[in-house]
Amino acid sequence: MEERRYRSASGAPIALRRRQHSASCRELAVRCPRLQLRSLSAVTSAVWLAAYGLFVLSENSMVLSSAIFITLIGLIIYLHFVKIDQESLLVIGSLGIQVTSSYASGKESTTFIEMGQVKDVVINEAIHMQKVIYYLCILLQDPGDPQGVSEVVPLFQSSKPRLDCLIEVYKSCQEILEQRKTVPQSS
Amino acid sequence: MVLKVFFPSCCSSAESGILIGRWISEQNSAVILAVVHFPFIPVQVKQYLSEVQRLTKVSVSVLGSWSNSKQEKEKSLSEFLEDLGTIFSHEPWIQISREGNSKFWSCSTLQKHSDNHKEEEIILVYYDQRKVMLSHLHPPLATDPKADDASKLSAIFDTVAKSKILFMTDRYDDGPIKLTHWQSDGVEASIIVELMKQASVPACLLLTFLLSLISGICRSRVLKFWPLSFLWSKLSICEQLGHRLQHLQVISSNKKAQNQTQLMRKANIFVSLLIDVALGILLMSWLYRKNRIGHLADTLIPVADHVAEELQDLLQWLMGAPAGLKMNRALDQVLGRFFLYHIHLWISYIHLMSPFIEMILWYVGLSACLGLTVALCILSDIIALLTFHIYCFYVYGARLYCLKIYGLSSLWRLFRGKKWNVLRQRVDSCSYDLDQLFIGTLLFTILLFLLPTTALYYLVFTLLRLLVVIVQGLIHLLVDLIDSLPLYSIILRLCRSYRLAAGVKFRVLEQQDGKPLRLLMQINPLSYGSVVQTYRLPTYSCYPRDSWTSLCKKLFLGELIYPWKHKGEKQD
Repeated sequence: MEERRYRSASGAPIALRRRQHSASCRELAVRCPRLQLRSLSAVTSAVWLAAYGLFVLSENSMVLSSAIFITLIGLIIYLHFVKIDQESLLVIGSLGIQVTSSYASGKESTTFIEMGQVKDVVINEAIHMQKVIYYLCILLQDPGDPQGVSEVVPLFQSSKPRLDCLIEVYKSCQEILEQRKTVPQSS
Repeated sequence: MVLKVFFPSCCSSAESGILIGRWISEQNSAVILAVVHFPFIPVQVKQYLSEVQRLTKVSVSVLGSWSNSKQEKEKSLSEFLEDLGTIFSHEPWIQISREGNSKFWSCSTLQKHSDNHKEEEIILVYYDQRKVMLSHLHPPLATDPKADDASKLSAIFDTVAKSKILFMTDRYDDGPIKLTHWQSDGVEASIIVELMKQASVPACLLLTFLLSLISGICRSRVLKFWPLSFLWSKLSICEQLGHRLQHLQVISSNKKAQNQTQLMRKANIFVSLLIDVALGILLMSWLYRKNRIGHLADTLIPVADHVAEELQDLLQWLMGAPAGLKMNRALDQVLGRFFLYHIHLWISYIHLMSPFIEMILWYVGLSACLGLTVALCILSDIIALLTFHIYCFYVYGARLYCLKIYGLSSLWRLFRGKKWNVLRQRVDSCSYDLDQLFIGTLLFTILLFLLPTTALYYLVFTLLRLLVVIVQGLIHLLVDLIDSLPLYSIILRLCRSYRLAAGVKFRVLEQQDGKPLRLLMQINPLSYGSVVQTYRLPTYSCYPRDSWTSLCKKLFLGELIYPWKHKGEKQD
C-alpha cells in the first residue's frame, strides 16, 4: 500500500492511495481536499449577518431562528449529498470494475460494471469553461457493435486529479485489463 | 483463467462434506448452493440431484469437497476427499478446507483431463443466500432486453432464486441426505400471513362478483342517453371512480401474478387504495366532526354571491372607460347588459337551490370515504359548477372574438383584391365588383373599429377562465400523484432494500498471502428515483395536450382551448 500526494485541476492538494490485494485485484483511492474551517465559518457568518440585518429592519425574531435553522439544514444537506470525501476504483480482473464515492457524512454510493461490458479505460481531454482538463473514463461496450462504444463513464469527477495522477491510475488499470486479453479462454 | 467460487456465508461453519451447486463454464465460476454431509451414499446423492435438476431446471451437480476440521488437518481425510473426486466426476474438482476458526481458507482445484498445469488464481466470493434468493435484479433501462450476452450476475441471481426448492428441506428432517444451506424460519413463523392467505380467496371471489354487478349496471343502456352521457364525460369524478374500479378488478382477479412486475403492480395498487381510503375516512371524520360540513354549506352561497357581485363590478368597470381606454359606447352597453342579465339569472338559480345545498353537500361528502382522490375530484367538480357562468362568458367572448377575427381577415383579403380558394387551400387573386368592394370596405372599417371592445371583453374573460383552469389543474395534479405513486415499492425499498437490486457491490475482506482473494458480495439497492420510475402506476390523463406556441396561437385567434385532456376522449 502506498500513498502519494498530487494536486487537483484547481490546485487543491489530493492524495492517491494504491493497494494491491492480489495479482488481479487492485484498489485505487483518491482523497479529496477536506472541508475548510475558514470557508465554513465565512458562509455561516455571512448568512447570520444578513439575517441580523433583516431582523434590524423587520423587528421579527423569527428571522434569526429561521437563519439558524437554514444554516443547520444546509450544512447537513451539503455534507450528505454534495461533499465527496474519497473516490475509489476497485479493479478485479475477470469480475469487473467498482466505482465508489464516499460522502463526508459517511454515505457511500457504489456502481459496479461487469468486465464483459468494459471496453477500455482511457484518459480523455475536455474543454471546461476556459480550461482544458484531463479526465479518466471507462468506455462501455456496445452489445450490438463490437467496435462501438455505448457509454462513457467519467471517473474522479469531484476530485479532478491532474495528468500525473491520472497516468498512475491508468497504468495500474491497464495492467489488469491486459490480463484478460493474454489469458486464453477456457474451452 | 481465474476461477470464481461463490460461497454462501451461512455454510461457513458447516461440517465437512461435499459441495453441490451449479458450474457456469462460460464464466469459469462455481455457484455453491449447499453442503452435503457425511455419511451419504453416492447413488442416493446422484438421485437427489437429478430430481432437484428436474424440478428447478437448474443444472445442479457435485462441485467439490469441503473440509472443516477443528484440529489439525487430517491426512487420511484429505485423501478420502480426493478419492471422492473420482466418484463424482466434475471438472474442475474444487477443494476448500478450513482449519479451526481461521478466516483464511485454502482453496485448490484438481484438473484431471486438462494439460494446463499452471496454477489458477481462485477468487472466493461470499454471498448472503437469503438476500440473493429474494432479490430482483433490475437491469439499467438503456440495455436491450434481447441482448445475447446477458449480465453475468443475473445468471448467479437466477441460479439461487430458482433453487428455492433445494432450500426447503429442514436441517432436522430425517432423510438419507443431510444438507446445510440457508434455512427459513418455517411456515409456522408467520401465522397471520397464512390466515390472510386462506381468507383472501373467498374475499376475492366476493369482490369479483360485486364488481361485475357494478360494471354491469354502469354499462347498461339506461345511462347511455344523451344528457346523462354528456354529464358523465364532463365530471371528473366519474373518471376517477372508473379508474379505481379498474384497479379493484386487477386486485381481485384470481390469476396469480406471473412475474415480478405484475406482483409489484398488484401490491402497489392494493397499498395505494388502502392509503387512499384511510386518508378519505380521516378527512370525512374531520369534516363531520363539529358539523364543519354544515358550516361549509352555509358559506357556499355567500361565496357564490360574492363572486357574482365581483363580476358585476367588473362589467360596470368595462362598460365605463376601463384603464382609460375609450370603448364604443353602443356595443359596450349591449355586451355589458347581456352579461349582467346572465349573472342575474345565475344568482336567481343559486338562490332557488340554496335550501337544498346543505343536504346535497352532506350526502355528497359521505362519498369521501371512498378515497381522498374521490374527495378531491368532488372539490374540482364543485369549483367547475360554481364557476360555470365564467365558462359561459368565456365561450361567448371567444366566439364573438373569433368571428370578428375571421371576418376581419377575410375582408382584409378583399381589401387587397384577393380571395381564399377553398379547393386549393390557398389565397388567390380575384376581381371584385365595385359594389362588393364598397360594402366590403364598409364592413371592414366597422369591424376594425369595434375590435378593441370585443378584444377587451375576450381578454378579461379568458384570464378569468385560465385562473379557474389552473386551480382545477392543480387539484388534478394532486389526484394524479396519489394515483400513480408506487407506495409499496417505496416502503419495500425503505425496509427491505435488498429486494430491489440495481446491482451488486464487492468489499475486499482481509487477505493473507498464499490464500485466495476473499470478497464479500452485497446487494446494491435501487435508488428511490428509479424505484418510482420503474413501478409507477399508469393514470388516465396525459397533459398538457398543446405546446405553448400552439396554445398562444389559439388564444390569439379566439379558438376555444381545452388544456387538460383525458386519454380516450376524441380529439375535437
